[in-house]
Amino acid sequence: MAVNTELTVEKFNELEQYIDSMPSTKGELIRVLHKAQGIFGFLPQEVQKFIAKKLDLSTAKVFGVVSFYSYFTMEPKGENPIAICMGTACYVRGAEKVQDAFIKELGIKVGETTADGKFSLDALRCVGACGLAPVVLVGEKVYGRVTVEDVKKIISNY
Amino acid sequence: MANYKMQMLVCGGTGCKSAEADGIVTNLEKAIVANNISDEVQVLTTGCFGFCEKGPVVKILPDNTFYVQVVPEDAEELVAEHCVKGRKVERLLYVNPDTKEIISDSKDMDFYKKQMRIALRNCGLIDPDVIDDYIARDGYQAIGRALTEMTPEDVIDVIKDSGLRGRGGGGFPTGLKWQFAAGYDADQKYVICNADEGDPGAFMDRSILEGDPHSVIEAMAICGYAIGASQGRVYIRAEYPLAIKRLEKAISDARDYGLLGQDIMGTGFEFDIELTYGAGAFVCGEETALIHSMEGERGEPTTKPPFPAESGYWGKPTNVNNVETFANVPAILLKGADWYSRIGTERSTGTKVFALAGKINNVGLIEVPMGTTLREVIYDIGGGIKDGKKFKAVQTGGPSGGCLTEKDLDTPIDFDNLIAAGSMMGSGGMIVMDEDDCMPAIAKFYLEFTVEESCGKCTPCRVGTKRLHELLEVIVDGKGEMKHIDELKRLSRTIKSASLCGLGQTAPNPILSTLDAFYDEYLAHINDKKCPAGQCTSLLSYYILEDKCIGCTACARVCPVNCISGEVKKLHVIDQETCIKCGACYDTCKFAAIEKR
Amino acid sequence: MAKIKSFADLKKIKEDVQSQVALREKGENSDNLVKVRVAMATCGIASGAREIMTYIIDECAAKGVENVVVTQTGCMGYCYAEPTIEVVLPGQDGVVYGNVDQKKALEIIEKHIVEGTLVDGIIPQTHKTIE
Repeated sequence: MAVNTELTVEKFNELEQYIDSMPSTKGELIRVLHKAQGIFGFLPQEVQKFIAKKLDLSTAKVFGVVSFYSYFTMEPKGENPIAICMGTACYVRGAEKVQDAFIKELGIKVGETTADGKFSLDALRCVGACGLAPVVLVGEKVYGRVTVEDVKKIISNY
Repeated sequence: MANYKMQMLVCGGTGCKSAEADGIVTNLEKAIVANNISDEVQVLTTGCFGFCEKGPVVKILPDNTFYVQVVPEDAEELVAEHCVKGRKVERLLYVNPDTKEIISDSKDMDFYKKQMRIALRNCGLIDPDVIDDYIARDGYQAIGRALTEMTPEDVIDVIKDSGLRGRGGGGFPTGLKWQFAAGYDADQKYVICNADEGDPGAFMDRSILEGDPHSVIEAMAICGYAIGASQGRVYIRAEYPLAIKRLEKAISDARDYGLLGQDIMGTGFEFDIELTYGAGAFVCGEETALIHSMEGERGEPTTKPPFPAESGYWGKPTNVNNVETFANVPAILLKGADWYSRIGTERSTGTKVFALAGKINNVGLIEVPMGTTLREVIYDIGGGIKDGKKFKAVQTGGPSGGCLTEKDLDTPIDFDNLIAAGSMMGSGGMIVMDEDDCMPAIAKFYLEFTVEESCGKCTPCRVGTKRLHELLEVIVDGKGEMKHIDELKRLSRTIKSASLCGLGQTAPNPILSTLDAFYDEYLAHINDKKCPAGQCTSLLSYYILEDKCIGCTACARVCPVNCISGEVKKLHVIDQETCIKCGACYDTCKFAAIEKR
Repeated sequence: MAKIKSFADLKKIKEDVQSQVALREKGENSDNLVKVRVAMATCGIASGAREIMTYIIDECAAKGVENVVVTQTGCMGYCYAEPTIEVVLPGQDGVVYGNVDQKKALEIIEKHIVEGTLVDGIIPQTHKTIE
């Protein structure tokens, strides 16, 4: 099952209702983007244009903010987003090798999604679970003390 | 029901285990049986005591006797003397190195006083979701006292006199900051808590918010009273869902009790807190960038002055402190400036929380008085280096900091000493590295981070960090020349002096500090085309040792590119042309027959 | 929840809460009420603290061990040994266990909580906390 990345009218309605319910939209662009990413899963051009119009901002400004922050993504994530912590503690405990193993196993680069939409691969900065380094997140599930050997097993869980 | 009168705790930490803790357990048990006291004395293996330099350690309950450097042969005497006759075995007791005094009760050992929890006082003790738990531990007493017995000036004076300095990185005196914000008149002022912990390897703010959210709420209200603000905002990482959940619950409970909102405790004081989510940008740790981000803009810093104290959030006087700084405030108000300023060193008072991580046995969150040495932190608390490897460096201050080495181990940790040693306090990440870590590669790792996190507003940082990263890449790839080192140094100086904000000004620190302390490693990469730590893959080759290989074929089977050939029970050979240096064979070989050079 | 309308109100609540705690600890069950705290910060939960907490609650119920109060708490700082739990027997200092899996949890319930004897895997406390 691929992730539902369709930009449906229902989703736009939900976002519109959220924006309309705000007492004031002054300075609330980032809050709106968080909500939009929650609804759509990503922030494609159409969504950014919609937000710009609703908040009475230029699309360039919205794009400027979206592209500035690493939390926002313009590409749809896989059904099971895999994120490898590249914080220092994980790095010195072998996160790079684990990342290479995922790249090899999934056949995609960091930042990409597999053709079937099942997995996407990202590197992220410190999740603050340094005691478990190196750490890999699949969705909200945290895997700790991951070794290269564990990679296949983790993928086969999904 | 078994009813042991005595328990013998044997440290089963990695350090002690390698020093024969298992043998001690076996011999103790034998001696207990031999003395016919199996019903009275129990032997237990415990986690690491931390005191690895004096290991293996045996502690006896209930009298807390602490025996150090015990060997299996001592077991018989310990049981016969201590357990049967009730006499302490003096030669195994710990001797205080300064006073030469023998210490038998472990509660009197300095070691147990090494960690002191002020900011973390409630973490791990109370249920963070239950406000009454916090109140039972003197929660909201400090704001109560401030509102009923103190003027805002009194509060600022206490914080000033305590010597508290900002725990987020800069180390600016907190009381002074509050005084500035109090000094400006405005219809609205703001108290902001910076909970956008972005320093890789630091997680104390998350732990405080998850373990003791009310302490931050109370402190923000105290700050609001001191500077005359009725609005608080917590700028928190969206990547911390649990901290957000706990903080939201805490704010809502505080409102229900009337501890936030209007007319708090009937004094007419009004204060409330809202959350704003960050979106992942390291530069937002800089307070002007943070404020822009809260206003829904790109988190780019602006020049100071004006300082936020004069014109901050929506142009109003604003005071920004980080989570750990706030967590100290209620304790200071209740116990007094004198009490706090007596802890730590003269110019860095109080305690500091460190996230101890990397190649260390006891990875953990620790809180020590300022002035504790790195050696105490790494060996006494952290339990030494993992797998018995050799200590190489400890990185503090994250991407803005530097590496401290062997020669800095006895330097007391405080704001000024760390800067003098070429690093900085930062937010308190402490990453320990061992002999297997390549320092030019570590510098490159940090530069990768700054390149990605540079906001792009000013050229020295945007372009400069990219160029630094490229130079480092050339060096770790083995294509470096001596002129590249000069370029690194020159460019670093320019970036430091010309960048707009702290991110750029400190970005070259990981390079400069490793160049200083590990110059020979850079030389090895450039001149000998070798990586002494064996980490840089382009400078590595794997070889099978003739005298060690037994021909088990394990390596050939794991090789992803099938470049290892050889018959069963005969010497195997790696084809260097095809080898991709993944190290799978090296990790697989059970006979240490593969060597990397 | 009643509003706190003055500093005196707050002090009173504090006394109430503390005496409740005292009552819980020293009252009718004084001989056998055991407190179990589970460190539930992000690292703890990632290592399975939530499952262990549920397991301890369920297992105590199944075994008819009724004198146990299981609560969550924040990070204890022993990241290397997550999940960590603290067991406090009445009138005694708390004991922290590290790397608690179901097997260890069962052992802790059967030996420490029911019989009052310690089991392997204790993490010695190495810090002091201000009052």
